[in-house]
Amino acid sequence: MMKKGIGRRGLSTLLVVLTTLTLTMSGCSGKKAEESTADATNATENTSSGKDGKAETADNTASSDDLSKITIGIPQDIDSMDPHIAQAAGTREVLFNVYEGLVKPDQDGNLQPAIASEYTISEDGKTYTFTLREGVKFHDGSTVTAEDVKYSIERNAGTDGTDPLISAFSNIDSVEIADDSTVVMTLKEANTEFLAYMTVAIIPASNEDPEGNPVGTGPYKFVSRSPQENVILTKFDEYWGEPAYIKDITLKVEANADSIVMDLEGGSIDMFARVTSAQMSQLSDKFDVYEGTMNLVQALYLNNAEEPFNNEQVRQALCYAISPQEIMDFVSDGKGTEIGSSMFPSFGKYFDASLSETYNQDIDKAKQLLAEAGYSNGFDFTITVPSNYTQHVDTAQVLVEEFKAIGVNATIQEVEWNTWLDDVYTNRNFQSTVIGVDASTLTAYALLSRFRSDAHNNFINYNDASYDAAFDAAVNATDDAEKTKNYKECEKILSETAANVYIQDLPEFVVLNKKFTGYTFYPLYAQDFSKIKPAK
Amino acid sequence: MRYVLKKVLSMVLTLFVVSLCVFFAFSLIPGDPVTRMFGTEATPELIAQYRAKMGLNDPILVRYFRWFIAFLQGDMGTSYDYKIPVAGMLAEKIPITLTLAIMSFVIMVIISIPLGIYTAKYENGIIDHVISVINQIIMAVPPFFSGILLTFFFGVILKIFMPGGFVSYTKDVQGFLKYLILPAFAIALPKAAMATKLLRGSVIDEAGKDYTRTAYSRGNTTNGVLYRHVLKNAMIPVVTFMGMALADMVAGSIVIEQVFGIPGISRILLSSINNRDYPVVEAIIMGIAIMVLVINLLVDIIYRIINPRIEVEE
Repeated sequence: MMKKGIGRRGLSTLLVVLTTLTLTMSGCSGKKAEESTADATNATENTSSGKDGKAETADNTASSDDLSKITIGIPQDIDSMDPHIAQAAGTREVLFNVYEGLVKPDQDGNLQPAIASEYTISEDGKTYTFTLREGVKFHDGSTVTAEDVKYSIERNAGTDGTDPLISAFSNIDSVEIADDSTVVMTLKEANTEFLAYMTVAIIPASNEDPEGNPVGTGPYKFVSRSPQENVILTKFDEYWGEPAYIKDITLKVEANADSIVMDLEGGSIDMFARVTSAQMSQLSDKFDVYEGTMNLVQALYLNNAEEPFNNEQVRQALCYAISPQEIMDFVSDGKGTEIGSSMFPSFGKYFDASLSETYNQDIDKAKQLLAEAGYSNGFDFTITVPSNYTQHVDTAQVLVEEFKAIGVNATIQEVEWNTWLDDVYTNRNFQSTVIGVDASTLTAYALLSRFRSDAHNNFINYNDASYDAAFDAAVNATDDAEKTKNYKECEKILSETAANVYIQDLPEFVVLNKKFTGYTFYPLYAQDFSKIKPAK
Repeated sequence: MRYVLKKVLSMVLTLFVVSLCVFFAFSLIPGDPVTRMFGTEATPELIAQYRAKMGLNDPILVRYFRWFIAFLQGDMGTSYDYKIPVAGMLAEKIPITLTLAIMSFVIMVIISIPLGIYTAKYENGIIDHVISVINQIIMAVPPFFSGILLTFFFGVILKIFMPGGFVSYTKDVQGFLKYLILPAFAIALPKAAMATKLLRGSVIDEAGKDYTRTAYSRGNTTNGVLYRHVLKNAMIPVVTFMGMALADMVAGSIVIEQVFGIPGISRILLSSINNRDYPVVEAIIMGIAIMVLVINLLVDIIYRIINPRIEVEE
């Protein structure tokens, strides 16, 4: 009896092992088979078109191939539908379609009149006069009035005694209504760049619930939303400008990054912005990939107040130790744009490409600088990276290897985004971090103001008197050429003092189903859905 | 009567402790809802202003009791992240997760009870062996992995399932239910395997007891003994397990909702923890706690229906 029992158990165990083995092996061979079919499709045109046709028929049955609607995957949910409360970059880029300001950025980075048809800036840079465009309608059918404009600006400026929602708006002295279609804004201090802030959304003064009932003037209007599920937009027929092509837009929250490829292939989403190069390599030829840049300054940001990074020679040594091209090769198949200071190429006239040549990889030079600074035996330090940004974590890993060559031991500490915001950004309790810094408005000011020694967001504790002087000169200049010259001087100082180890402006890949076309990149966070149209 | 009263009292106490734990746990982990809200655009003034507005500057006990009293009055507060009332936000999502849990439960019962009885009845038969092997494998595969396998097989190979093609019950009830079938299977399979194994063992156990022999000796048929006598007793551990499994299915849905892209309660829970959206997290945890307690109570009641001789401890 006993023996028999054991024998049976032995048999069962054997069966389990065998079945598992078969499963594993069939799994492996399945993968291989897949790879070989992928090769075959690449090799022969005929097979690939045949496969394509089949895929399309499957699509037809699934979604009836309706080109008047598109489903776009977004990596995280919208944080607010109220344009003045919303903060996340991912929200701003979506709300770009629902709300508009007096002026609006175009894809080349210029500010175009939107709700205002004209504007004049006084010589001294203090008085801005806006003439409202005639007959611009809100989504609720009412016409935009000067009161709405005044209300929207004052809501952000905090003139009711609260703190301004946008800190730069504390510079607004008054907003006056000159007549029904003219608004005059006066600043406390001259600032010729202030126009960039007038992209702030204009909303109706009468709307008491901008969160639950969002009303704007953009080409798309809000229909409904469901937390962690979707946001639904539809075309606004009375839009003053060029009308959108696609009628209905569903923004689907794709919280699970691993299912993006499957959802694209299965047809439940048609577009996804910012896919990784690994995800791209898994996609079939049903999709077009648009390549742009993320408009970020990716760098190893160093806490300039902390040992040993308070020593300029140490910072320079780190700059000599790395090779941005090597990082790009590892992280994004060699794509990306090398930068040498806190400015990226989309900013055109402010960008100075030559700064990326300030430090070219030179291990001997780096070692020599370290020795001069008294660290001939190297040192240890920690790189704190937010774990949700794979590209920054990957970059940090390459950096660690590169620093080994000059005898510096870096350790990566991955933290959650909230911890990063608290410890690194707010409390400045860190040694170094890899992150991408973006610009909230289309101004050099947005990128460079944080390095003024007393700036509230100067999280690297950068402190350089000549920088402060050059920056103030740039802000106070009313002549554009002089302003540009001073901003470029700022960039140069950042580069020469090695404020941070500057790396690159990351590449951005947008995947769009070939049924659609027309995706357009903007030099700041914006996804313009009104430009997407059916391919046919 | 005294039993019910005692039970309810202990339930309230449990809920109190749970809510306290969640509240204090949140004060221990790093991250602040206001810095989170404004991200890199935050200014110290703005943070101070919003902290005051949201009442975050008060001591934790004050905040806790303010929340607790509001909760007792049925007010779950406003989501920090979505700036909308928590109650309305969750009301929309509860049917999704509940449907998923009930579907998985039904699948588990439908599979495991017949299989358990069958394998016990034909103990050591070929089918019994095959099923026990399959059981071992299914139990060893975690639901998220079987979820990925199911999506790949039905979605990418057979193309009868659209990955990520979730439709809300408010738009298309049939499509909604259809989409949930695969995820429900992914949750139910390992539980069904365990329940089958448990029922089989329990039936075999009971079948070896004296009362079964007596029942046979009175001339009953095998089926008669099995269904009238053995099963009643054998079901007791299985009912306990299924009650636990039902509660566990809500937990299991946390992973499965991620894998299948279902925007249910669990996904809200995860995103709220990430966003430090305390009011939402508190409300969901309390909801889950209440559910577990109610299920336990139901299991107690079912015991008494199956076997009235079971005494409840006074």
